[in-house]
Amino acid sequence: MEINFTHHQSAHCENGVASNLLKNNGLNISEPMVFGIGSGLFFVYLPFIKVNYAPAISYRPMPGAIFNKLAKRLGLKIKRQKFSSEANATKALDENLKNNIPTGLQVGVYNLTYFPDEYRFHFNAHNLVVYGKTETDYLISDPVMETVTTLTHQELNKVRFAKGAFAPRGQMYYPIHIPATIDLKSAIVKGIKNTCRDMLAPAPIIGVRGIKFVASRIRKWPLKHGTKKANHYLAQMVRMQEEIGTGGGGFRFIYAAFLQESAVILENEKLKELSQEMTAIGDLWRDFAVNASRVYKNRSTQADVYNTIADQLLDIANKEEVFFKKLKAAIS
Amino acid sequence: MKENEVPQDKGNLSKSNMKELVYATDEKGNYTTALSTGWEPKTIALSNSIDEINERIATAKEQVKNGEVSPIVYFMEFSKMDIAVLSSYVGMWQWRVKRHFKPTVFAKLSNTILQKYAETFNISVEELRNFKTD
Repeated sequence: MEINFTHHQSAHCENGVASNLLKNNGLNISEPMVFGIGSGLFFVYLPFIKVNYAPAISYRPMPGAIFNKLAKRLGLKIKRQKFSSEANATKALDENLKNNIPTGLQVGVYNLTYFPDEYRFHFNAHNLVVYGKTETDYLISDPVMETVTTLTHQELNKVRFAKGAFAPRGQMYYPIHIPATIDLKSAIVKGIKNTCRDMLAPAPIIGVRGIKFVASRIRKWPLKHGTKKANHYLAQMVRMQEEIGTGGGGFRFIYAAFLQESAVILENEKLKELSQEMTAIGDLWRDFAVNASRVYKNRSTQADVYNTIADQLLDIANKEEVFFKKLKAAIS
Repeated sequence: MKENEVPQDKGNLSKSNMKELVYATDEKGNYTTALSTGWEPKTIALSNSIDEINERIATAKEQVKNGEVSPIVYFMEFSKMDIAVLSSYVGMWQWRVKRHFKPTVFAKLSNTILQKYAETFNISVEELRNFKTD
């Protein structure tokens, strides 16, 4: 059993699944559009939560938030289901496939056999689409892969019921209603406003202030934890920023692409300029990654290098603060 | 990032012939997508993490050998887990899992409990019980 489904590779799994599912339902919407309207650009620093033995830094909101916000702003209805029983989860998925509904799933990465070993961590907020089933396999469209792939029945069951933080509990989702006409313009404005609010939030660990907070912490890391741990923390931060899924520069390039697309739709020249500015900021994030990688590669022991990259991060934060204020002004 | 500057370094992805999608600008400054085989700063960051894990595995092995901890610790590190992840896989409280780290407690564990751990680690109860450190 195979449903006709077109696979498009994307940078980020959640946007990719959303974009692919909607395109399949006749709503042509690009990945940057999904990301922008769903207010995917975010920054949060959670020093009290440890991921891979380093403080958690996220460049994206909670799993599921992007698609939910997108759905709300475009008036789509998405059905989401979680299961306590593995048998029921399989039954519901098979039922969907029988009814020709390609279905999005939240899964854990650790048991995804088609991923290279180095990428198989206990990370549970990955998304993919199942679009068919054979005697032995499920047909999988994983948006970060170039082409479609497969998982055996047992493998799919395992990734759907991965355990740990954000355990997917077999979660599946699919659009059940798409309105005939959608108001893209107001959705874009809402998405941008939300992002400006998040990035300029008056909370010390969120948005621009969160970035500044991390910068001040980086200065202290080598003295407080020793260089080995400080380097490990930095490496983790760069991974969060650049690993598969961000499209480079901690999502800044995807966001710039969204602004460029929006400039045309809203007929707002200002957004085009801001898109270029965002690209420049994205390049600064890339430079930061390069310099940070030099620190943890050379295992340099001077406290000074940490100050240098902290300064660099602070500079990015200041530029983003100005940027989001301008962005807010541009759409109001 | 410009399209012609999209890094094509050899990395963890290129080994398995995978490419990731990135967003970059073309010569007119318009956004487009491009495929990248990898980028050195990322490769270093990832290998840093992997070294860290291998170190943890080696330490755990040493500790099992010296009778300081039970083989569960070794397999937990080997499966890239921490106590929180392990405890949710086996469905036991963290303090209980931590208790099973003690070799004396481990020696008295029932087959049912060991089975839970073995399943989580994808090994047999025999392998877990008679773990050889060399």
